[in-house]
Amino acid sequence: MTKTKPKLHFSRKLLAIPYALFLAVFVVVPLLIVVYYAFTSDDGKFTFEYVRVFFDKNGNGLKGFLTSYNFKTIMRSLFISFMSTIVCLLIAYPVAYIIANCKLKNKSTLLLLFIVPMWVNFVLRINALKELFVWLGTYNKSDAWNIVNTIIGMVYDFLPFMILPIYTTIIKIDKSYLEAAKDLGATPAKAFVKVTLPLSKAGIVSGISMVFLPSMTNYVVSNYLSFRNVKIIGKLIDDYFTGDLWHDGSFISLILLLFMFLVTWLTGGFDEDEQTNTRGASLW
Amino acid sequence: MVKCKCILKWAFIGLILAFIYFPILFLTVNSFNESDHIQNWTGFGFDHYAYFFSFENEPIRVVLQTLLLAVIVAFLSTVFGTFGAIGIFYSKKRTSSMLTAVNRIPVINADVVTAISFALLVSFLNIDKSTYIPLVLGQTLLCAPFVVLSIIPKLRQMDNNLYEAALDLGATPKKALFSVIIPQILPGIVSGFLLSITLSLDDYVIAAYTKPDSFTTISTHIYGLDKNNILGAKIKAAYWAFTAIIFFIIVLVVIVSNVVTYKKARSKKR
Repeated sequence: MTKTKPKLHFSRKLLAIPYALFLAVFVVVPLLIVVYYAFTSDDGKFTFEYVRVFFDKNGNGLKGFLTSYNFKTIMRSLFISFMSTIVCLLIAYPVAYIIANCKLKNKSTLLLLFIVPMWVNFVLRINALKELFVWLGTYNKSDAWNIVNTIIGMVYDFLPFMILPIYTTIIKIDKSYLEAAKDLGATPAKAFVKVTLPLSKAGIVSGISMVFLPSMTNYVVSNYLSFRNVKIIGKLIDDYFTGDLWHDGSFISLILLLFMFLVTWLTGGFDEDEQTNTRGASLW
Repeated sequence: MVKCKCILKWAFIGLILAFIYFPILFLTVNSFNESDHIQNWTGFGFDHYAYFFSFENEPIRVVLQTLLLAVIVAFLSTVFGTFGAIGIFYSKKRTSSMLTAVNRIPVINADVVTAISFALLVSFLNIDKSTYIPLVLGQTLLCAPFVVLSIIPKLRQMDNNLYEAALDLGATPKKALFSVIIPQILPGIVSGFLLSITLSLDDYVIAAYTKPDSFTTISTHIYGLDKNNILGAKIKAAYWAFTAIIFFIIVLVVIVSNVVTYKKARSKKR
């Protein structure tokens, strides 16, 4: 990191300009349009109308909001998302740990086994899961089952995104730290808590940021696996936009954007250099 | 004691693998079912494969056009992403960290929000969806940031002196870029390209909001199927055959990768 950058880099630096333009036009401007739609009426005048409609549709104040459809949907999404993230983590960490520490020569093949189902189109994969639920008799059995099935679907879909970053951080841990811990008298459990766990934090954090928001918004999964009975934020936004209620939809998107910034802020910020990211950049 | 722990470990791995593969296997088995409905097995047959591979029917055409779209999108994303990554990496610290931050937005952001905000832009600029421009650009916007993320680590690993040496030896910056930097970061470029293909193939939301009405991808096609009508059920069953084919490819790849690592290990021993 301390390498000095060459002074003669005019040609390379200029390469950032087209990409910066690309990002500005297709990432920043669209988000500004969302903000614009959330706070303007059809004739382009500034308004808080859609904020009011969202929080206080019937004029019942806070009580009205807490029993409103929108609020319930958001709470339901948060619940599904929390559960999916936790279950993913509880499965992915041991899997990544076992593969990274196993003595087999072909670790990469074993890892590949967990990643490669992603080659099956995700709608097909979820469809497969649905047919399985129908076969097992848990499909649309009750409201509780619908939620459980949705969570299983989210876990099924996003598990690789949790396994990969955790695996990449664990495999990088210098084994001599663990030996040192052992020499200094730590039990294996203590060595794990004091050495491995802190050193793999980056992977966990990156995995969480890859699972949390998608499992709040991926309405293909929830629609398929709950007979359209479980509504999550993603579906809410989709309904507003397909119903041509762009302003309301934009305001809810804004709330999701807020969640995104919150998650990013909690998980270590935007400009972190050593991201062990991503939806599998190390996949290939 | 140690042995018992070991068994427990592999039992856990096996259980999770079973969870991952069982649904796919379930469809694979049913792709040989003569009936169009999974719940009743009427006999072994290749009907769904015949239906899938016949060009008169929709599924194979949809699969091919989805693949074509994925290749185009992946190509564009790779070009944008590669030059973007190089540009970002060699910019001044402040520009670089700002661009990295914006680059991360589509990566972390919920797909729905990316999709609808882009769709709003499309309607704002009044671009006709039937030109395919919104679809291709929308998916490129989804994939290019991932290409950037897979290339930057390679740039970091690269020895900076190589580029300077090339310049000292009289190469123009352009020449140095193409014959020194690009070959050095090629693994990152390739993995970015492959990742883009997977992302584009898997995308549902962006395609749903930006595609021309006459065009479908695998995702939007399956999602829109009504399996209660006879044709819908038939098409759906044809996609089981497609799933099975992918499954067989997966098995093949895993075996080959296993053999390759095994051979490598053996030749190293010698």
